[in-house]
Amino acid sequence: MRGPSIAHIVLVIAMLATVPLLTTSNAVLNFLIVALLIALVGQGWNVLGGYGGQYSFGHAAFFGTGAYVTAILQMRYGINAWPAFALGIAGGALVGAAIGALTFRSGLKGSYFALVTLAFAEVLRILASVAPITGAGVGILITLDLRPQAFQFQSRAPFYWIVLALLAASLVIVRLIEQSRFGAWLVAVRENEDAAKAVGVDTVRVKLVAMTISAAITAAGGGFYVQYFLFIDSGIAYGPWISIEALLAPIVGGIGTVFGPLLGAVVVKTLGELTKLITGDAPGLDLVIYGGVLVLIVAFAPHGITSLLAALRVRFARLRSSASEGVHG
Amino acid sequence: MAEPVLRVERAFKRFGGLLAVDNASLAVEAGRITALIGPNGAGKTTLFSIISGFMPPSEGHIFHRGADITGMPPHLVARRGIVRTFQIVQPFAGLTVHENIAIGAHLSRRSRAEALDAAAEVASTVGLGDLLGRPAASLTVAGRKRLEVARALAAEPELLLLDEVLAGLNPAEVATMMPIIRGIADAGVTILMIEHVMQAVMSLAGHVFVLAEGRIIAEGAPQVVVDNPRVVEAYLGHGAAARLSAAGGVHV
Repeated sequence: MRGPSIAHIVLVIAMLATVPLLTTSNAVLNFLIVALLIALVGQGWNVLGGYGGQYSFGHAAFFGTGAYVTAILQMRYGINAWPAFALGIAGGALVGAAIGALTFRSGLKGSYFALVTLAFAEVLRILASVAPITGAGVGILITLDLRPQAFQFQSRAPFYWIVLALLAASLVIVRLIEQSRFGAWLVAVRENEDAAKAVGVDTVRVKLVAMTISAAITAAGGGFYVQYFLFIDSGIAYGPWISIEALLAPIVGGIGTVFGPLLGAVVVKTLGELTKLITGDAPGLDLVIYGGVLVLIVAFAPHGITSLLAALRVRFARLRSSASEGVHG
Repeated sequence: MAEPVLRVERAFKRFGGLLAVDNASLAVEAGRITALIGPNGAGKTTLFSIISGFMPPSEGHIFHRGADITGMPPHLVARRGIVRTFQIVQPFAGLTVHENIAIGAHLSRRSRAEALDAAAEVASTVGLGDLLGRPAASLTVAGRKRLEVARALAAEPELLLLDEVLAGLNPAEVATMMPIIRGIADAGVTILMIEHVMQAVMSLAGHVFVLAEGRIIAEGAPQVVVDNPRVVEAYLGHGAAARLSAAGGVHV
């Protein structure tokens, strides 16, 4: 199937990995860590939304679960941060499988699926804002313990490499899905469910597996968030902001492509920072910019920046060949 | 007599007050082309949907080689070897011709490379070999009909359900499609086809069932069926058979 090779992915990740060697600016690294985190969360959304055509508005449910499980296991049960992080991913996957089983088995599609996922995330947010175990309205602070074995670091560079490694894993997973029968079935479900069923595709199962993988990747983002910021509350964990980030990155970058979420996250975050530079810290203005970007993307590049770039490349190639014909002819 | 590949027994399908399929029974024998004909709205496609698991019958049973498959979900029916095409073509519009057919080939093949190889082979047998890289959405009507057949065929069915794959084609396209269907049957695939193009039914089918207002009103060899006055009247209206025979017989 069309798409980048594993070698492409290795090359891009290797290039990105050199950044902390070139700069020690905390501002730059912080910006990149957040962008890569959004790329990771968006890649999770991309598995289900981009390849499977199931548009979730509630990926906060998985991000928040990954974050809370990581935090709660450490602070309430004294479990080491690394296994807590792994269990956070598993917890997110479990929530994904559960929500998937409920929605797909009852045949929810399109906007109904989107609304129900949004509702699940909101229910979890409200529960987390009152339950004692999540710290209710106060949230959970992770005790400062700047040692690698506690998944905490003195400088930002290790965090950067860890989120980059998680992103790399997600890129490879998505590429492997693209090249597998499961991936072909997933795309078939997106393109035409009845036609897929007619040639033996168990569409409910395919969507369920996709949602579980999708949720696990997004939950990894949540767990990382907690270790990086050492704080989580219900609004951050399960709030709509992360659901929007999760879908905005792949939609801007190019849904159903390996590098779409990464490209989209970098573009969206860069635009966000630029507006902050121009407008100061006026609250909510970056959201206005997001809205504007989304309108522009949908209007001029409905398949995202990657497809826009591909179209431009074709046009340039055509221009060049016609120009050289003009010279020789 | 050997158990037929497919047997529909006293199937009914009600949509509210409408009886779309009314006590229909039919059997498809292995190794030949069976046709299901009938006027528009007779319930042919509904019957196909019931057989392929897309909707359960209100009453009655479907048997595949003697096993009751009534109400089995479509993907399991397909995995048993009963694969349908759609009258209103259902391509995976965003994918290429090659990728479309490969989805069918994946039914029995896990490996992507093997599925793509098998898909290329099937594409050439239905005359899509030169269009592998084309987006499915860019195909003509004739191309899309071929794609429907190719995708189903790539799933290597025992029984292929063809729903009007000749409808909307011009005479030249029908003429090229007929040998393809004949070739599929000759390769050992049992076919049940819904068809309006009588020229194709007469030359391809070994056995014909006629459905009218949800009921099977006639069955038999093609020539016998088209001479049946009840069939003529189902298509042309009450009294048509008498008027036609008075005018000098039915010509097909």
